[in-house]
Amino acid sequence: MSDLESFRAETREWLEANCPPEMREAVRDEGDVYWGGRNAKFKNDAQKAWFEACRDKGYTVPEWPKEYGGAGLNPAEGKILRQEMARIGARPPLSSFGIWMLGPALLHFGTEGQKQRFLNEIANGEIRWCQGYSEPGSGSDLVSMQTFGEDKGDHWIVNGQKIWTSYADEADWIFCLVRTDKQNKYQGITFMLFDMAGEGVSTKPIKLISGNSPFCETFFDDVKVPKSYGEDIPAYVGEINRGWDVAKYLLGHEREMISGAGGGDRTAAIGAAMKRNAGELDPVLRAELAQFDVDALSYAAMGEKFLDELKVGKAHPAQPNMMKYVGTELNKRRHELMMAAGGSRALEWESEETSGGKPSRNWLRTKANSIEGGTSEVMLNVISKRILDLPGA
Amino acid sequence: MPLYYDEDQAMLAESAQQFMAEEGAIAKQLRHWRDRDCKDGFGHGLWKQFAEMGFTGMLVDEDDGGLGMGHVEAGIVLEQIGRNLTPSPFLSSSVLAATALKHGSDDVRGRWLPGLIEGEKVYSVAIDEGAKHRPETIACKAEKSGNGFRLSGKKDFVVYGASSEMIVVAARTSGSDSDADGITLFAVPQDASGMSHDSVRLVDSSMASHVTFDGVELDGDAVIGEVDGGREVLNAMLMAGRVGAAAEGVGVAQGAMDMTVDYLKQRKQFGKLIGEFQALQHRAAHLYSEVEIARAVTIKAAQLLDGGSEKADLMASVAKAKVAKAAGLAVKEGVQMHGGIGMTDEYDIGLYMKRDRALQEFLGDQYYHAGRVAEMSGY
Ligand SMILES: Cc1cc2nc3c(=O)[nH]c(=O)nc-3n(C[C@H](O)[C@H](O)[C@H](O)COP(=O)(O)OP(=O)(O)OC[C@H]3O[C@@H](n4cnc5c(N)ncnc54)[C@H](O)[C@@H]3O)c2cc1C
Ligand SMILES: Cc1cc2nc3c(=O)[nH]c(=O)nc-3n(C[C@H](O)[C@H](O)[C@H](O)COP(=O)(O)OP(=O)(O)OC[C@H]3O[C@@H](n4cnc5c(N)ncnc54)[C@H](O)[C@@H]3O)c2cc1C
Repeated sequence: MSDLESFRAETREWLEANCPPEMREAVRDEGDVYWGGRNAKFKNDAQKAWFEACRDKGYTVPEWPKEYGGAGLNPAEGKILRQEMARIGARPPLSSFGIWMLGPALLHFGTEGQKQRFLNEIANGEIRWCQGYSEPGSGSDLVSMQTFGEDKGDHWIVNGQKIWTSYADEADWIFCLVRTDKQNKYQGITFMLFDMAGEGVSTKPIKLISGNSPFCETFFDDVKVPKSYGEDIPAYVGEINRGWDVAKYLLGHEREMISGAGGGDRTAAIGAAMKRNAGELDPVLRAELAQFDVDALSYAAMGEKFLDELKVGKAHPAQPNMMKYVGTELNKRRHELMMAAGGSRALEWESEETSGGKPSRNWLRTKANSIEGGTSEVMLNVISKRILDLPGA
Repeated sequence: MPLYYDEDQAMLAESAQQFMAEEGAIAKQLRHWRDRDCKDGFGHGLWKQFAEMGFTGMLVDEDDGGLGMGHVEAGIVLEQIGRNLTPSPFLSSSVLAATALKHGSDDVRGRWLPGLIEGEKVYSVAIDEGAKHRPETIACKAEKSGNGFRLSGKKDFVVYGASSEMIVVAARTSGSDSDADGITLFAVPQDASGMSHDSVRLVDSSMASHVTFDGVELDGDAVIGEVDGGREVLNAMLMAGRVGAAAEGVGVAQGAMDMTVDYLKQRKQFGKLIGEFQALQHRAAHLYSEVEIARAVTIKAAQLLDGGSEKADLMASVAKAKVAKAAGLAVKEGVQMHGGIGMTDEYDIGLYMKRDRALQEFLGDQYYHAGRVAEMSGY
């Protein structure tokens, strides 16, 4: 048996022993997702057992180095683990902006001290992070952001407002874009890390059209951010005034995550399930579902190719933008079709049969997919400019 | 296995790209033969060169003198064929017929494979019976006659049929027209008496025959595989051919897109390069996405086919349908974004549109394959 084959066999055995049956069911709602953090609560024992087993094995972040809380898997092993988890429908043991966004940025730009501290905290689910990028006047045109940090020697005094900050009211720490040089648009932003429990930080939840409130307005009112948290642990990633590079790098990972390239629900075909639910399908709906399934299964292959190439540095650096564009547009289409197949039952906003209006709330939530993390139009702009090299883009 | 080319495949891709761009170029092949009204529709000289490159027998087992490569490799060659619109019997001969011949006896393989590998002979396949691809139904009959069979019926869309030294024919040896079983494949030589071709030029300048079999007497050794057991061989051929056609389609899409994106960077209107207009940028960026995805799913289907996966059949249909969508978009956007010049015969973009149209139909269009995906998925 080759090394990879025996790794697959071991992995299968380990998952069999450690992934409880409840954790192999599809994620139905927020409560099924474990985000970690200071105030985290497990929904049930199975969720706790699964998280702890993975944490101890380094499988919350399998491809991160062992010294930072990962399992040090190489790309081929990582792919096998993903495949084997998908095979049994295993849920992610831990979800977090730390894993998807800050972690990759720290692995690339962080100091050794930052990696030791923050990456381990993320891998162990100890600290939950939120993302302070968007402001009321700065969405797609992010670099125009105004939140300002006044230099006070060993610390900054930060004032300003962020908006659409997902889970700001539940997060422990924030990675935040703060202007530290008003004269310099691109080279005047610092990528800061600070505690949301600090004096002067407040949040106000915003209700979405889905009726849920997963994001907030975030206010900074004379927040004191020290420049360092100890030896080799600066409070900023990369260099002061060079945070834009970090911000963009992180966006690549955010877009990769939102794209759903990793597989699972976001790349699955749906026609057969729709037929099971609906009984008979209208012929034109059936045809639409078939077209959708062709696109979804093709996109699944693209996701696999993209991740394989990414891991060995063969992917075009702007490719996450393409993945995000296609993946989110596809997900919106998926939910349109699910609503159509669901009929009037899917309209119910609160019934028990729909577990509190899942179909319609999820459908509405997907509309944000092509906005959050950069809109589809912005993705197309980036593809035009960086991949197709079109003039004036 | 990662979903990208390994080192050998990357090398093959490079040499195929270079070779096809030089030898298979539009001016040198497609326009050359078309403008001379060539009855073959392709160049035999180039076919010889394909043999020298090792392409003709790439799918043939090494024991039979081939290279024993897989569908990923065949796809690499086909993508370059598509990109250059190179008229070539490669898909019919080296993919479809070669896949059928793999199932043949020692005699059958010994009779037909060497000529293919050497680039001396060209083969085609006769599957369709009607204007649409419906291989589930086969009415063309082969009845027992002495030690052999008597073949009668009609076949359509036999690409390069009239130029072929041999045609692989799917015929019914038992059961009724729409039965899955009772199919047998025959290697019918060019000089078989009672076979006649009505050879017509298609929109893309390729040649295809309506073939009539009027009591064609065949020896028992014309049978490829098992009598009545041909469905399995036919399915293997169809999978290989669909994945191959998808790969060629990816090349067509890429070629059309490259031309168009280049044009957006050259053409000025309103004092600007038209590539500066966001209305065109977004459409080009969308097209890019579709072409990338079409390539990914095509390589995936080829890998599954090479690995003998149960999913290969489903993914071959997914790939064929997806490529049809992407390539269809590429050629339509291509002509549109070229404006008036895109409508001229002198300009190559229209040739991509024509080739795409023919390739869409070959071995099933996007509607057929999307329907198949639904059926195989259980709805
Ligand atoms: C559910 C959700 C969660 C979010 N979570 C976070 C978070 O945690 N942290 C955070 O910082 N932000 C978050 N965001 C904010 C998100 O990043 C912004 O909404 C997004 O970048 C778009 O900015 P905007 O809303 O200001 O829209 P605008 O930029 O005002 O865009 C309005 C419209 O104009 C279009 N447009 C803008 N510029 C162009 C252009 N150049 N060319 C063509 N069209 C253009 C856009 O595509 C869009 O259709 C979240 C958003 C949502 C919906
Ligand atoms: C069959 C045929 C018959 C014709 N007959 C006549 C005739 O009898 N008399 C005559 O005078 N002309 C005739 N024309 C010419 C026709 O009017 C032009 O082809 C047409 O106006 C487009 O101009 P163009 O070909 O220069 O394309 P271009 O203007 O170069 O356009 C190329 C592409 O860029 C796009 N584009 C250009 N500007 C913008 C913009 N600002 N924003 C977004 N996209 C843009 C176009 O939509 C097109 O997709 C004919 C054309 C054809 C094809």
